[in-house]
Amino acid sequence: MRLLIVDDSNIIRGKIARALGKYGLTIAGLETNGREAVERFREARPGIVTMDLTMPEMDGIECIRQIRAIDPTVRILVVSALTDKATAISALMEGAQGFLGKPFSEDDLCDAVGELLRGNHG
Amino acid sequence: MDEEQLRIFVGLVQFYFEHEGGEAAAVGSPFLGEPDALPVMDYTGVIGISGSRRGCVYVTSSRKLLQALLEFMGETDFSEANYADLAGEIANTISGNARQHFGHEFMISVPVIVHGHSTDIRMPNQVKAYVIPLHWRKFEAALVVSLE
Repeated sequence: MRLLIVDDSNIIRGKIARALGKYGLTIAGLETNGREAVERFREARPGIVTMDLTMPEMDGIECIRQIRAIDPTVRILVVSALTDKATAISALMEGAQGFLGKPFSEDDLCDAVGELLRGNHG
Repeated sequence: MDEEQLRIFVGLVQFYFEHEGGEAAAVGSPFLGEPDALPVMDYTGVIGISGSRRGCVYVTSSRKLLQALLEFMGETDFSEANYADLAGEIANTISGNARQHFGHEFMISVPVIVHGHSTDIRMPNQVKAYVIPLHWRKFEAALVVSLE
């Protein structure tokens, strides 16, 4: 399955790419803001997206809305430092299926993606 | 800001270093910083706060601390851009995690990175700035919190 990674931090994008590359996912794109992510998503049509929330130009919530409108079946894991419950609920209401707080370990990330791929959302 | 709120930030910064750096940062005694003498080290990640609280939170670090942290994280890219990126991510993570305690209306900006001993960091006027000195391994950093 192909993966789009969206985060304004190069270090976080690399960490996710390394961990999920080992997990067997193929990287379809590495984007730094929501606007670029929507464009890349339209071209590459990945099956799974990891999404930061606080980003320049277009934030993660708006990006989730637009990506979800393009493909309602895509699986979206939010990976964010905004770890309050209200933010997690808001992201899930907008169409994300999983939420992982920063800081996170590779194991945390792989577990969260595993849950997403098995369909155990939330 | 009261003592309890300061403790929240101390806990968050310790958790960050424990999680990303394998051991918690040792925290020195917090103190009230003079507006014209706040600590600014090699790389500083500044987060603007708006909504329910107004002000800013910044984490300033020595280059050596960031290099050691990147090494621990398994990074191989020791470019200036990656040092700056990490400085911003530390500040972003600590500020973002603070929403668990300050609520959903504690709004954080994307990080602004300041290189070197600049005087470009704009702190809120008439608002106290608390400085939390940090030592991780043998390296120095500081967390500065100034909230109305």
